[in-house]
Formats: sequence, structure tokens, C-alpha cells
Amino acid sequence: MSEHSIPARIYYLVFATLLLLTLITVEVAFYDLGILTFGVALGIACFKAALVILYFMHVRYSSGLTGIFVAAGFVFLAIMLTFFLLDASSRDWQYQPDSSGFSMVRPS
Amino acid sequence: MSTTVEASHHSGTGENYLTAGYGLKSWLMTTDHKRIAILYLLSISLFFVIGGLFAVLIRIELLTPAGDLVSADSYNKLFTLHGLVMIFFFLVPSIPAVFGNFLIPIMIGARDLAFPKVNLASWYVFTIGGLFTFAVVLAGGVDTGWTFYTPYSSTYSKTAVGLTAIGVFITGFSSILTGLNFVVTIHKMRAPGLTWFRLPLFIWAHYATSLIMLLGTPVVAISILLVFLERVFGIGIFDPALGGDPVLFQHLFWFYSHPAVYIMILPSMGVMSELIACFCRKRIFGYSFVAFSSLAIAVLGFLVWGHHMFTSSQSIYAGMVFSILTMMVAIPSAVKVFNWAATMYGGSISYETPMMYAFGFLGLFTIGGLTGLFLGALGLDVHVHDTYFVVAHFHYIMVGGAIMGYLGALHFWWPKMFGRLYPEAWAKLSSIVIFIGFNLTFFPQFLVGYLGMPRRYHVYPDEFQIFHVLSTAGASILAIGYAFPVVYLIWSLVRGEKAGPNPWNAKGLEWTVPSPPTTFNFDETPVVTEEAYDYSRPVEGKVV
Ligand code: HEM
Ligand SMILES: [Cu+2]
Repeated sequence: MSEHSIPARIYYLVFATLLLLTLITVEVAFYDLGILTFGVALGIACFKAALVILYFMHVRYSSGLTGIFVAAGFVFLAIMLTFFLLDASSRDWQYQPDSSGFSMVRPS
Repeated sequence: MSTTVEASHHSGTGENYLTAGYGLKSWLMTTDHKRIAILYLLSISLFFVIGGLFAVLIRIELLTPAGDLVSADSYNKLFTLHGLVMIFFFLVPSIPAVFGNFLIPIMIGARDLAFPKVNLASWYVFTIGGLFTFAVVLAGGVDTGWTFYTPYSSTYSKTAVGLTAIGVFITGFSSILTGLNFVVTIHKMRAPGLTWFRLPLFIWAHYATSLIMLLGTPVVAISILLVFLERVFGIGIFDPALGGDPVLFQHLFWFYSHPAVYIMILPSMGVMSELIACFCRKRIFGYSFVAFSSLAIAVLGFLVWGHHMFTSSQSIYAGMVFSILTMMVAIPSAVKVFNWAATMYGGSISYETPMMYAFGFLGLFTIGGLTGLFLGALGLDVHVHDTYFVVAHFHYIMVGGAIMGYLGALHFWWPKMFGRLYPEAWAKLSSIVIFIGFNLTFFPQFLVGYLGMPRRYHVYPDEFQIFHVLSTAGASILAIGYAFPVVYLIWSLVRGEKAGPNPWNAKGLEWTVPSPPTTFNFDETPVVTEEAYDYSRPVEGKVV
């Protein structure tokens, strides 16, 4: 528990940053960044989320234990996405029996 | 455990948490964890009866090969509501919300949970979710199966999926609040001297359960919300016509729902450790292994969900990975079972009712777990997926495991909760009736499933009838077995003999306070000086 008060200035600063980043998100949507489009949008979004979690949700000023629990949420999110992608990226792999037992082959 | 509190000097004053206030308001506005536990006990008992009635109708319909009692559509609604009510409104909250709520603070020497008001809020949230489910029934039911698979729940559904989705979504938050409360309480409010490795294993199991509730439940809430968004706003998430992927729904759903099956069984495993230690008069063999296996189950349980999707269009490669991981999750479960068996070895075993349920759990959970391995084997599952074999598997675990644990807990802590003893002979008899009824109900389902009877059909070929007749006969016995405790437990509230603080001569802080406990549990904070289950030392003032 953080009993020490956080100066209001910090909150305004974070709020302004969030607004600014929102404007940037809108702005970059008008440029064709090719393969980067997705990464840039997601990068900005994650940065914003981090600000909210650290400052508005006080995780920055909380105990290490709270930090561990917050991090655990993201670890499990990562696990979920990893396995989703594992499935999605190997849907067309074929199972092929051969002399060594079997192997998975990607159709070329 | 030895404490600074003397049990005897409370009893006699007559003041306890049940008599601390009268009237509806004193219950509906209570923040006492013990009263909230009782509120949950009443609510989930109601849901158990409702879910049971759906099951009765299902079993009667299946008595004959023809679809004579209900139409196909009504049958779909029956099994959906049965699963929905039993899982989300009975099994998930059962042990944590009733016994976890009641016992966690007392077992760790605290006066209440960390957030008493949040605790009460969780019951209200649960109740609101429950009201939505009643509304679903009034609105004509829902037919997607408890799994809400798209496109049954999206493109092709004409039933009350929206209402159901809201109900389950809301109820999920009551789990999250309970889990949060338990985690904070267990971290922050243990009595002096009560180190992590002195905690009763019931606490470890609830800690692991709470982690799953916190990490998993938001995902099912979000997936249901996504279905809702797709239905209402036509956003393409699961519907291929809109650019979505129906299998994505199964991924999201099972990411929560496989861990959720451990939400249902882990607390029951915690109960087992308490029962077996008490009725074998021994410390649990390999305490730390049993403690850590709960955490291992919580973590590994998140890595195996794809075993529900072997026959969907999930890739074979992903299927292989999930199959291997599924074999691994059986290890911590087996660690527990072997350690309980080792605890019994050389123990001074007695056969009181709670222990009868513990025996039931051990055998039935083992059958359920081993058949889980059959299902986890990628090749074999292709044949038995979506047959009655699967139905039998998870009923062995959820009814044979989780509900046996629940009933064991109910009989073990009933004297603590209400200060009355129940008639032991009746209780023992009904535990036997339940065991027999259970096996007769579900064992034939393994056979008929293996022979090819699919789940979720109300019409079937004649040659399967014998198995269904056996199963329905078993279900009737089971229903009688469940009715007994309702009668004698209620009877005991009025006529039962008064229970002392420690009717089982058990170890643990909850047995050092009066039965029923006072509102604040302890007059002085207890100081813990010994390990859990130290039955080698006499229980205070008594020779064991
Ligand atoms: C010991 C480890 C376990 C293993 C290896 C295992 C494995 C499996 C597998 C592979 C399936 C999918 C079968 C299919 O649909 O074809 C399955 C289904 C199921 N299991 Fe288990 N299981 C285990 C423990 C549990 C536990 C502890 C519970 C509940 C408390 C449980 C509840 C269920 C349920 C509810 C289903 C069916 C869900 C549905 O399709 O409606 N299982 N299990
Ligand atoms: Cu599973």
C-alpha cells in the first residue's frame, strides 16, 4: 500500500501523454508503413497501457509482490497468444509417415 | 496447533456468529466471512437442486431409444442448462465460496478475509448472475451446450444466448473477487508463526485455485463478450463470413475452461488432505510435494487446453504439443494421490463419514484421471471424442471427485459451522448409497461411449439401451443418496447433539475455537508453534 500521496502534476502529465499518443495513433493511421503498421499501432497501445497500469493503477508505487502478480497476468497472456499462433501458423502442415516414424511437412 | 487461545473459555457464553444478529438485514448486509459462506451454501444448494432436476429429465429421456419425453430442441436445452448450472453456479463456487470463505480466515488465525465488503459483493454479483440464469429459463432456455461453441452460439442460435452470456459474464466476476480476496488474505493475514510451510494444505489448494480464478476467469468473460459483440454488432471475430475464425472461440473458451476444471478439483484436493490427515492421525506424507503440486497443477493446467480440440481444425502439430503437455499435467495429480495413499500407510485409520467420502474421492478421481490420459492421447481421442466416454470421464472427476470432496467437507466441518452433530449411521449409509449410485450411473457410460454412443443425442440405436437403463437406475439411487443428507443435516440443526470445539480431535486452528465460532473467530491472535497435522503431539487437553 502506498500511503504517500502522488503529486497531481504526475497524473496530468500522464493524461497529457495518453492524449498525445492517441493523436499519434490516429495520425500514423494515414501513412502506409507496410509491414510496420501493425507493430507501430500495437507498440503505442502497449506503451499507453503500461502508463495506465504503472501510474493510474499505482503499480509503480506498490510492493514487489503486486508487481509479480501484474507480470503474471502478462506471462499468461503471452502463453495464450503463443499457443494460438502455434496452431494458426501450422494449420496446413501435413503428417507424413516415413522410415524414421513420421514427420511433419509444410506444403511448399 | 498449540495456540494462546483456550477453547473452553469461550463456550458457555452462547454468543456466536449465528446468534450475533437476527433478521434478514443482519444476513444480507453482513460482512462476516462465515455468514457469507452460509449465504453461498444456500444459493449453491438451490442451484444444485435445479441442475439436478435437469439431469433427472435427461436420464428419463434416455431410458428408451426413441425420443419420447422431450423434443430434440428441448433436449438440447436440458443438457445445456444442466451443464451451465452445475459448472458455473454450483461446482466453481462450491468449495471455495462456502468452505474457503468459512475456513481460510480461521485456519490462518485471522478475524476475517482481507476485504470483507468485497466478499459480500462477490455474493451479490453471483446472485445477479444467477437471476439472469433464471431469466434464461423463463425466456425459453438456451441450446448451445455449456461450451457456447460458435456458430451454435452466434450465427445459428435462436435461443437466449445473449441473456446467458450476460449471466455467465457477471458470475465470472464473483470468482475473480473471491480469488483476489483469498490471495491477499493468505499473503497478508497469517497469524504469527504460521509460515507458508506450516499452512494446512487446504490453504495451499485454495491459493492455487485463486490464482487460476484471477488469471483465467477474465478470459472466459472476454470470450463471451466477444460472442455478444459479434451477435449484436456483427463484428467479425468468430464468423468466417465476416472474416473470423470459429476455432478461435474454442481456443479462448478452453484457455479458461480447462484451468476451470482445476478450479473445481483443486479445492476438493485440499479437503482431501485435511480429511486424510485427521482420520489417519498422521502428517500428510510429503507435505511440500503435495503443496507444490497444487501450484504445478495451476500452472500446467493452463498449457493443455488444446486437448479439447483434437478433432477441430486445430493443426496436428499443435495437437501433438497439447497431447504431450496433457500427459504432464497428470503428474502432479498423481503425486497427490500417491502421497495420500502413503499417508494412509501405517496410519491409524478410522471410518467416520468424512473419511468415507475421502475413500470415494481417491478411487473415483483416479479412474477419472486415468481415463483423462486416454482422452489426452491424440490418436485415441479421435475415436472417443464427443462420445459418452468423455461424459463419463468428466463426471468421474467432477461428481466422483469434486462433489465427493464437497460432501466430505460438509460432513467434516458441519459441526464446526453449526455446532451440531449429525447422525453418523445415516451419514455413513448415505455415503455408501452415493458411491454405489454414482458408479452405476457413470460406469456404463464409459462402455456405451467406447461402443460409439455420441454425447448430446436424445435418440439412439436399440443396442445401447441396456447401458442407459443401468445409468438411469444408478441416477435414481444417486438421487436418493443425495436426498438423505438434506434431511438429516437439517434435522441435526434442531435435534442434533451439541458439538464441542473439536469433535474429531483434529489438528488445526479452526478446531481450537468454539463451534460455532464467535463473530471475530479469535479473542486474541493465536501464535502458531508447530507444523500442520502434527498428530504426534496430543490435541490440547486430550489424549488422541
Ligand atoms: C488428470 C488429468 C486430466 C486429463 C489428462 C484430462 C483429459 C481430458 C481430455 C483429453 C478431454 C477431452 C476429451 C474430448 O473432448 O475428446 C477432457 C474432457 C473433459 N475433462 Fe478432463 N482431464 C483431466 C482432468 C480433469 C479434471 C480434473 C476435470 C474436472 C474437474 C476434468 C473435466 C473435464 C471436462 C468437463 C471435459 C469435457 C468438456 C466438454 O467437452 O464438455 N478433467 N479431459
Ligand atoms: Cu481439459
